[in-house]
Amino acid sequence: MSEEILELSKTGNNPQGSLREKIGSDIERYLEEHEKKDLLRFITCGSVDDGKSTLIGRLLYDSKTVLEDQLAAVRNETRKYGTTGEEIDFALLIDGLQSEREQGITIDVAYRFFATGRRKYIIADTPGHEQYTRNMATGASTADLAVILIDARKGVLTQTRRHAYIASLLGIKHIVVAINKMDIVEYSKEVFENIVSDFIKMYEKLDESLSGIIGEKNRSVKVSLDFIPLCALRGDNVVQKSEKMKWYKGKSLLEFLDTVEISADTNLTDFRFPVQYVNRPNPDFRGFCGTIASGRIKRGDEITVLPSGKKSRIKRIVLPSDGSAKKSPYTEEAFAPMAVTLTLEEEIDISRGDMIVKSNDRIETSDTIEAMVVWMDETALQLGKEYEIKRSTTVLDAIFDSIFFKKDVNSWEEMEAKTLQLNEIGKCRLTLTREIACDPYFRIKGTGSFIVIDKMKNHTVAAGMIIDSSRKEESPKRVYTQAEIELNEYIRKHYPEWGCAKIGR
Amino acid sequence: MRQNHDPKKPTHLKQLEAESIHILREVAASFSNPVMMYSIGKDSSVMLHLAIKAFYPAKPPFPLLHVDTLWKFREMIEFRDRRVKELGVDLIVHTNPEGIEMGINPFIHGSKIHTDIMKTQALKQALNEGGYDAVIGGARRDEEKSRAKERIFSFRDKHHRWDPKNQRPELWNIFNTRIERGESVRVFPLSNWTELDIWQYIYLEKIPIVPLYFAKERPVVEFEGAKIMVDDDRMPKELRQKATMQRVRFRTLGCYPLTGAVDSDASTLPEIIKEMLLSRSSEREGRLIDKDQEGSMERKKIEGYF
Repeated sequence: MSEEILELSKTGNNPQGSLREKIGSDIERYLEEHEKKDLLRFITCGSVDDGKSTLIGRLLYDSKTVLEDQLAAVRNETRKYGTTGEEIDFALLIDGLQSEREQGITIDVAYRFFATGRRKYIIADTPGHEQYTRNMATGASTADLAVILIDARKGVLTQTRRHAYIASLLGIKHIVVAINKMDIVEYSKEVFENIVSDFIKMYEKLDESLSGIIGEKNRSVKVSLDFIPLCALRGDNVVQKSEKMKWYKGKSLLEFLDTVEISADTNLTDFRFPVQYVNRPNPDFRGFCGTIASGRIKRGDEITVLPSGKKSRIKRIVLPSDGSAKKSPYTEEAFAPMAVTLTLEEEIDISRGDMIVKSNDRIETSDTIEAMVVWMDETALQLGKEYEIKRSTTVLDAIFDSIFFKKDVNSWEEMEAKTLQLNEIGKCRLTLTREIACDPYFRIKGTGSFIVIDKMKNHTVAAGMIIDSSRKEESPKRVYTQAEIELNEYIRKHYPEWGCAKIGR
Repeated sequence: MRQNHDPKKPTHLKQLEAESIHILREVAASFSNPVMMYSIGKDSSVMLHLAIKAFYPAKPPFPLLHVDTLWKFREMIEFRDRRVKELGVDLIVHTNPEGIEMGINPFIHGSKIHTDIMKTQALKQALNEGGYDAVIGGARRDEEKSRAKERIFSFRDKHHRWDPKNQRPELWNIFNTRIERGESVRVFPLSNWTELDIWQYIYLEKIPIVPLYFAKERPVVEFEGAKIMVDDDRMPKELRQKATMQRVRFRTLGCYPLTGAVDSDASTLPEIIKEMLLSRSSEREGRLIDKDQEGSMERKKIEGYF
């Protein structure tokens, strides 16, 4: 438990009292502590009715991110649009745009910020309705953790299955299930435990289904699941442990967020450096700028440039620098996710979109890939049409050859599909105009992810997660209709001499 | 920045810095004619510092653009010219010539007309004249509710308009930079920074900022509910006469007749940060243009104001 939270829990209505004292008496110490904080990005999944905005509002309010003038504005708005009567409607703090405030719904991804004594947080707040799979995938793409809200009265619903699926598909490694509105079920331990057990059962199936798609070997870390009973409106187990649920021995949501270990999630094994920009201010300096997508690199390491296959050694690792004489701009070793500039011993031809890897790493290059694709545009996917894809800094053209199946995000059923509509997810095979170094998304997010752009309209129409490189000869697994399966069964039963193979699942 | 205890566990400021640098390099690599807005304020100072760091040992491969309304604090202009010289970066200054001809004066014409002609229109002129395809700005998502939903690479049509309901999805750190001729993007490398992050970074990196941020005895007078500073004799005489010396500082900087000072003793960075953390109001409160009505920034952005 961090110091500030302890302080918060003691001071009741004026939660920031002691923190204020600390800032007041020793600001330098506070700054030194604040400097060391790390960053946790999380997404909240739930619909309006689950009290999601209330929960976020509560986190911001209790961590003093909300200021007096903002609060005054919310009080004003509570009278105008509020749904909570006299109580401050925290949801109004959160729901940003005027148009959606009037409709009473959030329609897009909004980012919120707060900090505790340990961490700085970025919340991606996304609406939970089915038609917003696009928004949830967007928010989940940069999140370390997902908070999935469940209404204690309703338990695990279809939308819970959807939220859990999208969070896992996007590779989120920590899921916290916040079971909200515990006050309405009289803080019942039994209600909580039933929901926990339902969720775990559901998640086992999800895990099986997802592993079937991405392959066990491609998944680096198992997802951690945690459950917290809470009441966002009253603040039970949000920041402070609730007096009303003594049976719950775990942490409050904020204590949990403050202590969950996320540094192990960064892949520091496989070095991948997508070249972003070539910096050559004068004939003596030729640096390759980029953000390390994964792994680590040392001065002197032998590297290979893909796709050309040319080799060299790291001469220098140049850090971002303002050129002041006091500190050296060079470092001996760099890690993901640092933004650095590399110089090489040999002068070899490298341009934006190439990838630098360690020479002893084996990495496959291919011009066909299999990927899970989330369609995000009103205009549906067209097989055979040329799209542009952007994978880290590599931009190239691609054609969707085939769709293996589309996945129902609610039932997780796999269905035959000739196209993907807005908010649909499917496994696709793409042919690229040239070979690229391929990494499965579930091992290396930074080089396993791509966006799809419509070349005429310039819209971002889809997001993709590479599962594997694919050889063209293999035909995709066919999905059979019920009629075909029944016909197959009929033939095998009545005409065994035909030697007909079994089809279907 | 001081060395972190374990480089494998980057601090939030290191992560924010790396993310912003990634964004700035992406702009330089993807657009043919980018420009960086430079408002001389603290966020601009951080953004400029990040641009210097991102392209070291080269200079940033884009110029700075300052829209000068002619009513900025004198100390801001001095600071601007000094920094540009020290860093050796290119600066473009634009003022709306029609505004000069009309003799726009916020004391006479009011904040709305002044802002529209000298800021909004001037910005559009400067962007049209420059034909920039990417315009880097220092806005943060924590500043104001409508900004919380804006993309890092935010598309603008030929008329510089933002359509909040038709934004491009933005995933991971992959940015769609495709546009047609005449269209542009606004790029916000500080999107995920908060006011505290900005101050902390200024403190750690020792980034120079305009002295107006620090408390000092200054001549101020009540004007439309705010305390404004007498910066020159264009302020009406009857107002100037009422001015008194008070110990104040500014939390944001803009046109002097439209920027309210706050009473303060904070004369060092830690003191400013302390004051900010203990303050009960948000930084935009000192800006007179935001007070018109809720959602006003959203409306201004749809109209083409950054």
